[in-house]
Amino acid sequence: MIEPLHDRKLKFLEEKAVHIRESIISMLLEAGSGHSAGPLGMADVFTALYFHSLQHNPRKPDWDERDRVILSNGHICPVLYATLAHAGYFPLHELKTLRKLGTRLQGHPHRGILPGIENTSGPLGSGLSQACGMSLAARLDKKRHHIYCLMSDGEHDAGNIWEAVMFAGKNRLHNITAIIDRNNIQIDGVTEDIMPLEPLRDKYEAFNWHVLEVDGHNIPQIVSAVNEAKAIYEKPTVIIAHTIPGKGVSFMESDFRWHGKPPNRAEAKQALHELRTLQEKITSEHQ
Amino acid sequence: MLNPEAKLNPKIFDADLEQKPIRHGYGEGLLIAGETDKNIVVLCADLSESTRSLGFQEKFPERFVEIGVAEQNLAAVAAGLGVSGKIPFISSYAMFSPGRNWEQIRTTCCYNNSNVKIAGAHAGVSVGPDGATHQAVEDIAIMRVIPNMKVVVPCDAIEAKKATIAAAKIWGPVYLRFAREKTPVITTEETPFAPGKAMIYWQSKKPEVALVACGQLVYHALVAASELEKEKIGSIVVNLNTIKPLDESVIHEVAKKCGAVVAVEEHQIHGGMGSAVAEFLASKFPVPMEFIGMRDTFGESGEPNELLIKYGMSVGHIKSSAKKAIKRKH
Repeated sequence: MIEPLHDRKLKFLEEKAVHIRESIISMLLEAGSGHSAGPLGMADVFTALYFHSLQHNPRKPDWDERDRVILSNGHICPVLYATLAHAGYFPLHELKTLRKLGTRLQGHPHRGILPGIENTSGPLGSGLSQACGMSLAARLDKKRHHIYCLMSDGEHDAGNIWEAVMFAGKNRLHNITAIIDRNNIQIDGVTEDIMPLEPLRDKYEAFNWHVLEVDGHNIPQIVSAVNEAKAIYEKPTVIIAHTIPGKGVSFMESDFRWHGKPPNRAEAKQALHELRTLQEKITSEHQ
Repeated sequence: MLNPEAKLNPKIFDADLEQKPIRHGYGEGLLIAGETDKNIVVLCADLSESTRSLGFQEKFPERFVEIGVAEQNLAAVAAGLGVSGKIPFISSYAMFSPGRNWEQIRTTCCYNNSNVKIAGAHAGVSVGPDGATHQAVEDIAIMRVIPNMKVVVPCDAIEAKKATIAAAKIWGPVYLRFAREKTPVITTEETPFAPGKAMIYWQSKKPEVALVACGQLVYHALVAASELEKEKIGSIVVNLNTIKPLDESVIHEVAKKCGAVVAVEEHQIHGGMGSAVAEFLASKFPVPMEFIGMRDTFGESGEPNELLIKYGMSVGHIKSSAKKAIKRKH
């Protein structure tokens, strides 16, 4: 069972999320290309998972009983890379190799070359299916680990996702928890203009899923939703995490133009300054 | 004459030669492989009867997964199983898997290097009356082009059984291609089979042309070879059951011996088995080559034999291509 959040642990997690955001900005600046908004928006969810909720061991990335994290929307990999490095899967300085020739940090994540990566992804819509396969394997082997599938809202345009949603609902794959980054943007604009997803909760419920909604920047809410999902044995759970794309950097927040581009040097400087201010705020609040 | 080492069916040229759909060998192979390896899981997309995974479903229900008409999910669920210690076999019609789910196969099975086996049934125009929508004649091309993928095209039900059992033992993605219709059973249980190893089935004393064939048309190539022999034209027939990795030494050897090659396949001539042979020979040992296959066109409804004649893949076509290739040597 996952331990409850004490105030000191919460402060640790909030600070960790800021460090992860700083790493995201620095690595994107260095790379010169990549996605900004999504990774920043999911930093709190990744922090809650890797620094509190997951059963995992960065020193033994192949440990058989580990929880699996499947990243379906591979383009937000800077947040996955930064989180894995901060958790100790590989050295922090390697983050600067993102998207460079010969790197283990490919533009979209590739399984087998970097510890902690469970699936190759990039083309949208196939992560939940792979999570279903891992869930079936765990069921056949009577293993108790959990499978987390992180998805974007925009990728729900893809038919493949709904094939998997139907499949997981039919087979009551309760060892799967899907977490949707509900930030309401995709490359061409706002999700509800491009291809409306609402009512998203009703859609999942109709497919026999347990649905939870959280503020994706409220770590206690994220942790308690993950706990509740693990306690549900009748069906798979989806956590709709309402997030602000670009969270933590004022000029990136909720602007779809930051979906697919990195900051330049001046913008990165401004972003890191804002994140440091946020860091100081967390420190003073918890004193 | 038939190569005695191949231990082929002695009744091969008799009128009462046994015929059996190649895909039945897949069903039999799954049962044998599933018995010895408990990690084998079979996934099906609402076609368990015609892809012959029904027997496995009855015998090992806990290891059978019904996906429904959802081929993208079929491939990606298998990818998840294949990186979790399981050996998933996915089956559907080749037109739908690997046709419809090519990107999932590329990314989640091949690039992800997951241990997934893909069985494409109903390949070729000999699917017949169902028409062009269901006649996969592009599948070899789209599978062999992906890194990490291996491509095996058995020539009859017995070879399909051996190929299925062998695929379970090969690490990584494998594509197995099967025909729908009853196909002459030309091999025997004793016929040597190893994936990646081409076998000479017919060898004349003075061969002038090599007929390199795969799948159901291996039989047609053998009939063509025996008829050519009566016209005093010697040949070699190769069963190229594995298109990737290509058995380069056998291809090199027969091209050297004969000096001319005819590729025989029930597939588009662009990108298929013949192309694989041509890519190799063009760089190592160029010889005149002719191609039997679909010529950049779709099939249509009809009886299998009518279609093979209409689209230029009959025994007669193989013989005339052989003569044409020989003529081009001089």
